[in-house]
Amino acid sequence: MQSKAAHNPEPVDVLIIGAGASGAALAWSLAETRMRIVCLEQGDWPVPSAFPANRRDWEGRTYEDYAISPNRRGLPADYPINDDDSPIKVANYNGVGGGTVFYAAHFPRLHPSDFRVRSLDGVAEDWPIDYDTLAPFYDLNDRKMGVASLAGDPAYPEKPAVMPPIPMGRTGEVLGTAMNRLGWHWWPSDAAIATQEYDGRAPCINLGQCGSGCAQGAKASTDITYWQEAIRSRVEVRTGCRVARIETNAEGMASGAVYYDREGREIFQTAEIVVVACNGVGTPRLLLNSASGRFPDGLANSSGLVGRNLMLHPYAQIRGHFDQPMDSLRGSPICTWSMEFYETDAARGFLRGYAYQFSRGMGPVRTAINGMADGLIPWGADHHAAMRRLFGHSAGMVSICEDLPEEHNRVTLDESLRDGDGIPAPKITYTLSDNSRKMLEHSVARGREILAEAGARDITSKTLLPYAGWHLMGTARMGRDPERSVVNEWGRAHDVRNLFIVDGSLFVTSGGVNPTSTIQALALYIGDRIKARIYDLFD
Amino acid sequence: MERMIRPSIELTAEERGVLAMVAGYMIPASVEHGMPGADDPAILADIVASLDRDATGVRTALARILDMAGGGFGALPRDEVRDLLEAFRTGNRELAGLLEMVVARSYYADDRVMLALDLEPRPPFPKGYEVEQGDLALLDPVRARGPIWRAVDTKGDEV
Repeated sequence: MQSKAAHNPEPVDVLIIGAGASGAALAWSLAETRMRIVCLEQGDWPVPSAFPANRRDWEGRTYEDYAISPNRRGLPADYPINDDDSPIKVANYNGVGGGTVFYAAHFPRLHPSDFRVRSLDGVAEDWPIDYDTLAPFYDLNDRKMGVASLAGDPAYPEKPAVMPPIPMGRTGEVLGTAMNRLGWHWWPSDAAIATQEYDGRAPCINLGQCGSGCAQGAKASTDITYWQEAIRSRVEVRTGCRVARIETNAEGMASGAVYYDREGREIFQTAEIVVVACNGVGTPRLLLNSASGRFPDGLANSSGLVGRNLMLHPYAQIRGHFDQPMDSLRGSPICTWSMEFYETDAARGFLRGYAYQFSRGMGPVRTAINGMADGLIPWGADHHAAMRRLFGHSAGMVSICEDLPEEHNRVTLDESLRDGDGIPAPKITYTLSDNSRKMLEHSVARGREILAEAGARDITSKTLLPYAGWHLMGTARMGRDPERSVVNEWGRAHDVRNLFIVDGSLFVTSGGVNPTSTIQALALYIGDRIKARIYDLFD
Repeated sequence: MERMIRPSIELTAEERGVLAMVAGYMIPASVEHGMPGADDPAILADIVASLDRDATGVRTALARILDMAGGGFGALPRDEVRDLLEAFRTGNRELAGLLEMVVARSYYADDRVMLALDLEPRPPFPKGYEVEQGDLALLDPVRARGPIWRAVDTKGDEV
């Protein structure tokens, strides 16, 4: 932390903290109001020409500056996260676009039943909104992000397709044929990947490197979708600006935020409305770091639930190898999905369910590393023959399990860990529930059946993937009861009437699918509510 | 914001020698497959130059191997090197995994290795790859089964 300098910019109407999936969608939504909107982002704009897919060492670079773990990257934009007390480690990307820069662009929606978990299954709590409330915002978001899909999936209510689906490839065909023999659901994945020229984006050319930034620009990260339009509408994005805390005034309203700019100067940005969009870890971290005399337990935390109910989506992985060539490293990593085991069936021994993401192969580096770790590739003279049996011949799946909220799973502030600006870092405390454990085991058993039916050999499984903590949810959840939730049913903090939260922290339950589509639909919905109530927003 | 500084760590000549022996044993040259070994000078140089965030861990792994060898690893007969490294791999999975990662990410990016695996030695972008679209008629049985999602009414009851 460097010395302070008095430099307080002009007040703004709306201050958005975080330029990721939700901050971008909200900024775009509010831009039409012509309010003065500024977004503070701790990272920088991604540089597509620097993404790993541009270079010969593309696979190696995904272990370095393009690693999914902020603790491994340790770049200036990153803040450390103490996740020693969690079997699932946090993954993220800090920069304009947030997690959408590194995500697989697998883009499922929640299902109608996900919003009524308590009513249907007697666990957790119902959301204060339902699928039908979000449906128009899901549709809008699909158009803005540019989602490729195939209409008619029997696992969902009818939803429009924006453009043709991503290729199923050999992987989709082989595994789909096996699913047909088993009588189980499968379908081409909804993917936020342009399969044709779309809104200035070039079509996908199957680079296979969605997870480390799309050099082609076909994948919908918000730096190239929402932000481009929002900036044309005069929204300002300030990069290299890390927010330390939100300040409040004597009326208990948010007055703005204190942040450190790229030079380490402390700056106070005054705002009429403050929106937090920092993800399920960054948001509770900021609220807890904003504790003050007025809000001694952290901002908006009269319920004591800020940071609690952290949900992470436990993943299992099941992979096999085939005699015939598969898609190998080509194409978007995920091609199809299955919702066969998504809805509750008490006979399975657990409540709620999971989805499968069927995935293609890997490049030679990752094939070798995983093959050696799995004991399928030896050291020594037999290495090459074993590698050739695996490389280009693998396919499989991950199961993404619904993670029910538990208050002891939480984000707190680490007592000693600090980021580069001296701001207390988050600590994750998380344990896997018995329900999740049973779900994972069920998914591994069924996954092995699928691969065996497809004719796979050398089947391996990992019952809990440690480095898969992408989906950070539940730590400032929405609800009508101020004692049981942090924000109301349209994202406004119960305790602070001009403070909004729009990211995955809002989730009441996690569902068993990737959350980005829902995160963005929620942000658009909250933006719509703000606009509809603009004249009595703080009442 | 300060970068979380990683100190630049250079391997000693002894460490480099052990790393070369480990890499050469892990992935030996193959005349049959037309592939160099991971101890090939160019590949080994890339491994060493790419250690970056893993330099400390690699040094720990190499020190463990030297400890297991009692200090004379470089002079061990071939059979004893094999036995020692297999014992190391079995008993030190995390450190062995680290060595596997640093060796594989350089070895399998080498042009000669990629060509031997029938891969073009190029980055994915800008040329990209072809992927079969797939036969969407395979979905007919899925369609025929009808909706499987759980409908709920506005009160949250299943319908």
